[in-house]
Amino acid sequence: MTNNLRFKTSKFIDETYRVSFKFNNKTYFGFKGDTLASALLANGIHLVGRSFKYHRPRGIMTSGSEEPNAIIQLHDNSSRTEPNVRATEVEIYEGLVASSQNCWPSVNFDIGGINNLLSPILPAGFYYKTFMWPASFWEKYEYFIRKSAGLGKSPKVADPDIYEHKYIHCDVLVIGAGISGIMAAKTAAKNGFKTLLVDEKSYLGGSSIYDNSEYSKVNNQITSSWLEKEINEISKLENLEIKTRTSVAAFHGYNFLLARENLTDHLPINQRENKVRQRLLKIRAKKVITATGSIERPLIFDNNDRPGILLSSAIKRYIDLYGVACGENNILFTNNDTAYETAMSLIQRGIKINAIIDNREQIDSKISYEVEKNNIKIYKGYTVIDTYGYRRINKISIMKLSKDGQKVIGDKTKLNCDCLGVSGGWTPAVHLFTQSGGKLKFREEDQVFIPNVYPSDQISIGSCNGDFGLEEIIKNTLSSIKKFLDIDNSEYKTVETISGLNQSKRNIWLLPSDKSIGKTKSFVDYQNDATAKDIKLALREGFRSIEHVKRYTTTGMGTDQGKLGNMHALGIISETAGTKMGEHGTTTFRPPYTPLTFGTIVGRNVGEFFDIFRRTPIHDWHVANNAKFENVGQWKRAWYYPKDNENMHQAVQRESKAARDSAGILDASTLGKIDIQGTDASEFLNRVYTNAWSKLAVGKCRYGLMLNEDGMVYDDGVTTRLSENHYIMTTTTGGAANVLGKLEDYLQTEWPELDVYLSSVTDHYATISVCGPNSKKIVSKVIPDLDFSDEKFTHMSFKNAKIDNIKCRVMRISFTGEHSYEINIQANFGKSVWEKCMEAGKDFNITPYGTETMHLLRAEKGFIIVGQDTDATLTPIDLQMDWIVSKKKYDFIGKRSLYRSDTIREDRKQLVGLLTENPEEVLEEGAQIVADIKKSPIEMLGHVTSSYYSPNLKKSIALGVVKGGKNMLGQKLIIPMENKNINVTVADPVFLDKEGERLNAKL
Amino acid sequence: MFLINCPFCGEREQSEFKAGGEAHIVRPKQPTELSDDEWAEYLFMRKNIKGIQFERWNHVHGCRKWFNMVRDTSNDQIKAVYKMGEKPPVK
Repeated sequence: MTNNLRFKTSKFIDETYRVSFKFNNKTYFGFKGDTLASALLANGIHLVGRSFKYHRPRGIMTSGSEEPNAIIQLHDNSSRTEPNVRATEVEIYEGLVASSQNCWPSVNFDIGGINNLLSPILPAGFYYKTFMWPASFWEKYEYFIRKSAGLGKSPKVADPDIYEHKYIHCDVLVIGAGISGIMAAKTAAKNGFKTLLVDEKSYLGGSSIYDNSEYSKVNNQITSSWLEKEINEISKLENLEIKTRTSVAAFHGYNFLLARENLTDHLPINQRENKVRQRLLKIRAKKVITATGSIERPLIFDNNDRPGILLSSAIKRYIDLYGVACGENNILFTNNDTAYETAMSLIQRGIKINAIIDNREQIDSKISYEVEKNNIKIYKGYTVIDTYGYRRINKISIMKLSKDGQKVIGDKTKLNCDCLGVSGGWTPAVHLFTQSGGKLKFREEDQVFIPNVYPSDQISIGSCNGDFGLEEIIKNTLSSIKKFLDIDNSEYKTVETISGLNQSKRNIWLLPSDKSIGKTKSFVDYQNDATAKDIKLALREGFRSIEHVKRYTTTGMGTDQGKLGNMHALGIISETAGTKMGEHGTTTFRPPYTPLTFGTIVGRNVGEFFDIFRRTPIHDWHVANNAKFENVGQWKRAWYYPKDNENMHQAVQRESKAARDSAGILDASTLGKIDIQGTDASEFLNRVYTNAWSKLAVGKCRYGLMLNEDGMVYDDGVTTRLSENHYIMTTTTGGAANVLGKLEDYLQTEWPELDVYLSSVTDHYATISVCGPNSKKIVSKVIPDLDFSDEKFTHMSFKNAKIDNIKCRVMRISFTGEHSYEINIQANFGKSVWEKCMEAGKDFNITPYGTETMHLLRAEKGFIIVGQDTDATLTPIDLQMDWIVSKKKYDFIGKRSLYRSDTIREDRKQLVGLLTENPEEVLEEGAQIVADIKKSPIEMLGHVTSSYYSPNLKKSIALGVVKGGKNMLGQKLIIPMENKNINVTVADPVFLDKEGERLNAKL
Repeated sequence: MFLINCPFCGEREQSEFKAGGEAHIVRPKQPTELSDDEWAEYLFMRKNIKGIQFERWNHVHGCRKWFNMVRDTSNDQIKAVYKMGEKPPVK
């Protein structure tokens, strides 16, 4: 490549491996090892995006995960498309396609740029203030605001990649493989701790790995050479697992951490086939060592956001690591020594530095003298007051700072440049530490927050702990680790360091300007376009809490979560409000540290694995016979069985009629079944059900209603006494697990003295229910040995029987109001017994029916469905089921609540039947019920809970709850719908066969 | 996510457990003798302490046993676990 921005000096770039990629539809070249950002910079491209609110041109600002501006759309127009990806983190590969976001029609000419001209009328809170009146207009505003908001485009089709989750348990987790992380990992592993070292980058060593300066040495070796040997050594340690491209997203309590391991994103697309793309690591570590380093601070001055303005440390990384110069005519602007290291890196390669602007009057360090020796003009005690150039910086103007740093004085000087490196000192990356519940303290000398109180067995080391100089880092790291791991010797005897930097800094949160603040655009949060002016406005308008200022100005709310500007926001607030730093606290750093893809979060739980589902033993038969299914809890239940071209209504009408006219068959295997044994089983049932159980004879079944302690209906079902101390309880399908849990709770905590044992046997049995006038003929063909005479086998009783030598239980119970039998047999025989019933019922038009028909049939009989007709606010009295509440029993769960002042109110909602004036009109479930539609506001009396067209009664029937409904029999009410009002009459909830003749019909 | 030391199984992930509210609230032996107010006190009133709190937990995806826990709600430190029916440890 004939490119004067690329220098052949980096061992991290493979110059024999050229990689082509597309950015904004143009093809460029880079090398293996480049990030998208370094490759673009090598091609002279800085402008990569537009800002969120003002659509200002923005360039690459950093070289890492803290990047606020260079966020791009990856894989445009493909199922893998991904928005808001940081160009600084994307490793390029052959065929990469990326484009700018938040601009139209292009990044170079963006219509939204008009917002920049309008910015005087777009202050913080503009949207809140402007679009709130009149309130009714919000829906109209919203459409346009939503259209212009947002960054990238989300994919519209399913993600084709594979993701997975993995649990990791280790003794020591080291986060960050910079110089202190490497030393910590080596010490831990060599002392017998099972250690995991993770780093978000593709290489180890952090920023020290390209620290080739003569002014920074460890044991008389150049830092990078010394560190390389260390890395070489630890990569052979057995006790140590190293994961690169792995970013810790969250640090929770009890040393539980989530990390994303990136496995294929750096590979060409054709090499990713069938490989896991990203892995979510769920790490439980006994001890955690956080060595996440620090993030360089920008400086806050007018127009500090133009393309070509980068952090000085980023410029250093691009040249040292990638061999890429960010500009040909550079200026560095700093308040500390860091920028001089960048200067030396540029000087070594002969890249022009026009000037260095330093806030400090006095600079006294070896490295600064060395820079001066190279004839670089240093403006001491100066500040940048403005920058120029629309799509790329081309000039700056500078002025002298007053003694107190509050004003600028003297003459304005203009300097040319195509790249400006800024350095405002360093902010320890304490995000993970605070996520874990750690408390920070503020260090006045250099204005940083550092870890103070650790909530778990963890420690922070290196610059994330506020140790900035090389000597300090190494010395403190070694002593902290020894103490933390409780070992006598670290793996390091004496480590000698030499550093040419000193730590002096002149910290000014908001640099002064010759203009009034109202006329400046000094960006604090680049991604969200929050300026110093906005923060001051928020304070003027009365906001004080940092959390409120954050929400009002949106400072720190972008995808970068304010990694660069949060400290300045805090600084400006405390300066303006005249309070001390630290007094306002910091905003909460929330997980994830860097954004996670949804794919990583859900892992393999997609498609049919999104949620587990349960199938009955007869499921395959239903599938083969064209059943439509509905989800009930986790179960797939047959819903209805359409024949020919029937729709649901037609199928349900046919099924319902067949069940009453001849015979129907239902798969009831999903009902919860709890086996109850023990000498106190009867007493236990007495306490958990509302009715009495002591006198239930062996071989008999009884319907029971279970309440919560607050008196509200919780579950229902039929329980059968199999023998003296042995019952089988059935529960609703959805309630099974909760009922078992509730029963166990009472047994273990309130009544441990009872001799009762509970086991869930739901999955052990298949349950087949055959109902209708011909049910007996069918079931007796399947079980010929059993005496089905009505005298021997009465309603609500059970028999042990055998089908082909397989034991089964037959109950004569009914949920449809028809004469019916329920066969319970070992699950694996369920399908064959079902098929036997179908065969036996052939001559009787036996009709399989699903849940919808079951619901219709029971509604004809006015039987409730817990959860459909009830909603945890109805007592059995409200349901007109007084008959099931024992007056004699001293106590049962919920009894006392049934006569609380609230539960005995006459005007509670009560269950009633509803008949429409027009028998063909079927009500909508959930529809409101009122009496007087002229009254304003209309009083809602209740709502419809179940509604069907009954083919057996040839009319529409419904159940509903109505205030005081019990005493409203025959009264006319109204169901107001969108286009009409439907007249209904309150009726008895039992619509069919109130006397129960069908149930007891002699067959 | 907590690591909970189930008194029956030992240390397990929090995801295996279910929290069950305030501990040591005994169901009245004779509910029918209670006034509405007394019954409401048992039924509805619960403490929500910032600091040391006594709680019921259930190892629902494990041994299914209920037990008690002493937890500092201000920092989620678990101070003690003990079986149902046992006296709470004194500080």
